[in-house]
Amino acid sequence: MIVRLLFFGLALIVAAVVALMVGDVEFPVREFLLAFRGEADPATQTIVIGLRLPRVLLATLVGGGLAVSGAVFQALLRNPLAEPYVLGVSSGAALGAVIAIVFGLTIGSVIALPLFAFGGALLAMFLVLFMAGGRGRGMDTRVLLLSGVVIAAFFNAFLLLVINFANVETFREAVLWIMGSFVGASWEGVITLSVYLIPAFLGLVLLARPLNLLAVGEKSAFHLGVDVRRFKLILYVVTSLVVGICVAGAGAIGFVGLVVPHALRLIGGSDHRWLLPASAIAGALLLVVADTIARTILAPAELPVGVVTAIIGVPLFLWLLLKSEETR
Amino acid sequence: MTSVFSVDRVSFQYPTGRRAALSDISLEVPSGELFAILGPNGSGKSTLLQVMLGELSGAKGAVEFMGQPIQRWSRRAIAAQVAFVPQGEPMAFPLTVRQLVEMGRFPHVGILGRTGPEDRAAVDRAMERAGVQELADRVISTLSGGERQRARIARALAQEPSTMVLDEPTAALDLHYEMETFELMRGLAADSGFTVVLATHNLNLAARYSSKLVLLADGRIQATGRPESVLTDETLEKVYRWPVVVAPHPGPGPDAGSPQVLPLRKQT
Repeated sequence: MIVRLLFFGLALIVAAVVALMVGDVEFPVREFLLAFRGEADPATQTIVIGLRLPRVLLATLVGGGLAVSGAVFQALLRNPLAEPYVLGVSSGAALGAVIAIVFGLTIGSVIALPLFAFGGALLAMFLVLFMAGGRGRGMDTRVLLLSGVVIAAFFNAFLLLVINFANVETFREAVLWIMGSFVGASWEGVITLSVYLIPAFLGLVLLARPLNLLAVGEKSAFHLGVDVRRFKLILYVVTSLVVGICVAGAGAIGFVGLVVPHALRLIGGSDHRWLLPASAIAGALLLVVADTIARTILAPAELPVGVVTAIIGVPLFLWLLLKSEETR
Repeated sequence: MTSVFSVDRVSFQYPTGRRAALSDISLEVPSGELFAILGPNGSGKSTLLQVMLGELSGAKGAVEFMGQPIQRWSRRAIAAQVAFVPQGEPMAFPLTVRQLVEMGRFPHVGILGRTGPEDRAAVDRAMERAGVQELADRVISTLSGGERQRARIARALAQEPSTMVLDEPTAALDLHYEMETFELMRGLAADSGFTVVLATHNLNLAARYSSKLVLLADGRIQATGRPESVLTDETLEKVYRWPVVVAPHPGPGPDAGSPQVLPLRKQT
């Protein structure tokens, strides 16, 4: 388990270094290394430390957060297709974030924006749970996915409505939240996200053992000594917070929370003491790579990173859906 | 004789139910015995188990476990005393038998505690007693119904409880595993102070293995006591609405003479 985590960690570092070096401006390795000591020429300095490094760190944080929240949602709902984007939770968070922006609540952006995104995520989460019949009744995959689709459509409609009140400049910014992008990455954003995500992530990892029991079934978890109601509430709230913060940082990027935990379960099993830390690292790896592809493949133009993750994620989603229909 | 569970005038109605699922149930489960709960489909067996285990709240009356009201027990403390074996649980994610059985250590280890050698020893003992040690590294979804059931029993044993409660443990099992399960339960109840409570549809095996049973119908107790006093043709015909004869088991075996129920065919 430790070896596998170290391997993913190493891969993440390599990907991050590559991501820092490639782009529409390229420079010699020597100049690149000097930038980290603050001795490169000003242009290189700005590009590597001021633009690319925060962008890579933001992708790391968001990728880790989305993958971990996907793994937790899947365990809580006992459904491998559950994921913040598919469930409509990301749309709720995006609406919250856009409301904060359009109505000019960005002044205290360290607090207001993440808080609105969190509120939107939480609202969407509980709406989905309510619609899919959360009160103890069995949750059918099809009902759950339909609820997610409907909730996402509803929140996206509101999103477009709110954007119509925006001026052109905020309009561009708001569009980023729908598609998901790291264009606006800044050190301020990196610090804001770290403040929320790192404690939330540590909290979730500490709850890995009761989460293992919940993933088997709520009835079993109850009889094995888990205070089911309390833990479910804590886990849903903390995970919605993680999704809200990630969306506030980079918009609604889909399918990271689906692809990453699924691949890791195949590699190392379903024990959340391994799955959660591995999801954090591998999710970061996936988004750093996806973002590097997104900004280089059509350079100097840029794709929204959500396009790249959807192209990887949708085929896997369909395959999982067909498989779950076969085994039902 | 001390009671493990004592149920005093319990009634329960589901919020959506038209009539009470349980009406005025009083019973004592004596310590160290095998106690069977019988009754037709929908008679309230599972509901009674859920109320006894504190899973359903809002029942009228009182349920005590080891002298303390069931709702006052913390989840972890009671899970170290009572293990529950469900009828079945769908597995959403791949899990090996060993991983499933290790979950039985949760009440002893807690959220953050480290698992030590005594936990591993308990897991090994539980798997051996339930006969799943050869299946330890198999993924649950590849097992047969009987093997899964034994894996769940192993998880319950790993809790090292003093009481085990099972909901229709042999519903999906063939004759061999059904007998093995009852033998295992009998063996557990033979340990000093170990109590087994099970809900079952198998009247004949309940009669042969349990020392005390209760027969439910429509959420009410129809009869309770020793098998030969509960399983009479008169009571059974009323409860199951079907003609039966009750005859003593011909033996050989320690249970020769225990009442055996034979449903009759309709006259044509």
